[in-house]
Amino acid sequence: MNLYAIRAIYKFEMARTFRTLMQSIASPVLSTSLYFIVFGTAIGSRMGNIDGISYGAFIIPGLVMLSLLSESISNASFGIFFPKFSGTIYEVLSAPVSSMEIVIGYVGAAATKSVTLGLLILLTAQLFVDYHIQHPVWMLAFLILTAITFSLFGFIIGIWADDFQKLQVIPLMVITPLTFLGGAFYSISMLPEPWQTLTLFNPVVYLISGFRWAFYGVADVNVAVSLGMTMVFLLICLTVVWWIFRTGYRIRT
Amino acid sequence: MPSIIRVSGLTKTYASGFTALQNIDLDIHRGEIFALLGPNGAGKTTLISIICGISSPSQGSVLADGFDIVRDYRAARSKIGLVPQELCSDAFENVWSAVNFSRGLFGKPSNPEYIEKLLRQLSLWDKKDAQMRELSGGMKRRVMIAKALSHEPDILFLDEPTAGVDVELRKDMWEMVRQLQKQGVTIILTTHYIEEAEEMADRIGVIRKGKILLVEEKQALMDKLGSKQLSIRLQEPVSEIPEALAEFSLQLDTDGDTLSYRYDSRQESDSIARLLRKLTEQGLEIRDLHSSESSLEQIFVSLVHEKEQ
Ligand SMILES: Nc1ncnc2c1ncn2[C@@H]1O[C@H](COP(=O)(O)OP(=O)(O)OP(=O)(O)O)[C@@H](O)[C@H]1O
Ligand SMILES: [Mg+2]
Repeated sequence: MNLYAIRAIYKFEMARTFRTLMQSIASPVLSTSLYFIVFGTAIGSRMGNIDGISYGAFIIPGLVMLSLLSESISNASFGIFFPKFSGTIYEVLSAPVSSMEIVIGYVGAAATKSVTLGLLILLTAQLFVDYHIQHPVWMLAFLILTAITFSLFGFIIGIWADDFQKLQVIPLMVITPLTFLGGAFYSISMLPEPWQTLTLFNPVVYLISGFRWAFYGVADVNVAVSLGMTMVFLLICLTVVWWIFRTGYRIRT
Repeated sequence: MPSIIRVSGLTKTYASGFTALQNIDLDIHRGEIFALLGPNGAGKTTLISIICGISSPSQGSVLADGFDIVRDYRAARSKIGLVPQELCSDAFENVWSAVNFSRGLFGKPSNPEYIEKLLRQLSLWDKKDAQMRELSGGMKRRVMIAKALSHEPDILFLDEPTAGVDVELRKDMWEMVRQLQKQGVTIILTTHYIEEAEEMADRIGVIRKGKILLVEEKQALMDKLGSKQLSIRLQEPVSEIPEALAEFSLQLDTDGDTLSYRYDSRQESDSIARLLRKLTEQGLEIRDLHSSESSLEQIFVSLVHEKEQ
């Protein structure tokens, strides 16, 4: 195991984060805070409770997930896309590092960053909304698992993309709609049929539901199912990454 | 002579279907400076990319210091440093962390003293905190060299190291290459220029269209290729070369007004003076004189010719 290499990649990626602190941390925290102010404090006070939870508190897990997903994907995809784009990837390819070490370095850094961001958003939420976390350990577990899974997903997108547009298209066209429709702002039991059943095909539902369970002990779907689904996504992403490196797809000419 | 790199039967066909290397066999000796000489698109970068692990071989194998570059890639790659042809860098990273990053990537524990020495050697020490985007092209190239040397490799590849480099830096660079050779590093460089290969290399390999045409000791190759051509334009065209000039084996062009004379610039001789004298004696007036080295392309043509015969 080339630990020095993992550390070098990880450090490089984290340094990139700190260079762009405003864009990578401050702006997601700020935009999520706006949601808390608008939906939690302003409109939320006029809304009824959902599952016995005030609306402001209800939307917190979903909003954190929203940022977590989009930031994990964009960090990881950019992290590997950019060296490919600028040509600096030659160095990683010519170094004595295994594919697993490359993935640990890039994906580890992206996941670290989005977990930090998620926690920061939770802290910020305290300023606007009164909430309490019932299962903090599970909350962290879901946070970390989701961050890793979607950083892997982002890594795959970054390798697949050969221009900036492709880099943006999946997060914008797929992930954002799925998150908004995945029960971030409502409980899926509030939906009429057939939407209630159709929603179950949206993978993000399971992520948000499980995460919300860790906060308040209530969930749209059984928490074991949520955990299982998260693991399935993780496995799928790992398999794809493994395949990419085995075949050299879009990395080695 | 022990080989540090052994390329056997290497073929590379790109995804596009284009075959850039055809059945290459090449041995690089330990401790030598080897120049790979060839025109644009010959396959120099492709060959280097495969040895360094950036590109995958389609067929054949490469051993670096005895390690197979695919099966034992860790051992093989940790011996090798590469300065690529294209300058590329993360614009916002500073020199110091860029070079330390490379060392880490190659699995070496950090060693600030060594990196400092390296940067001083390359006159980059005062730039160590500068971001890459603030550097000139030549400085960037030096940073790329520092990155390639950061893990103390035994083998160094320089892919067209003098592209975009001024005379001063070129001299420094050659000085450094010789220094590295003294320390036991084997150096493989690519170039378009025969003079450059001549100045630096112990041995020269000529590559064209994905095939190695020949590999020779520099001296042997230079003796073969070191011919020059003198073109003599006459005031009045002639129909044939006068008998008296037969010893020079001149050639007359179709217009009948230009004579060409091939000679070896290395051998001190008075043949040109004699030729000119004889021309005057024959009453041929000279309008213009022009001498030229054999161009790389001419050399290739003559090499290919020679091979076919
Ligand atoms: N990724 C690629 N896909 C398809 N063809 C390629 C690829 N890279 C290089 N080639 C082709 O392979 C041939 C050899 O290219 P290579 O870069 O090895 O040449 P070179 O000798 O380094 O040339 P130069 O002196 O211009 O750097 C060229 O014809 C080039 O077009
Ligand atoms: Mg080249």
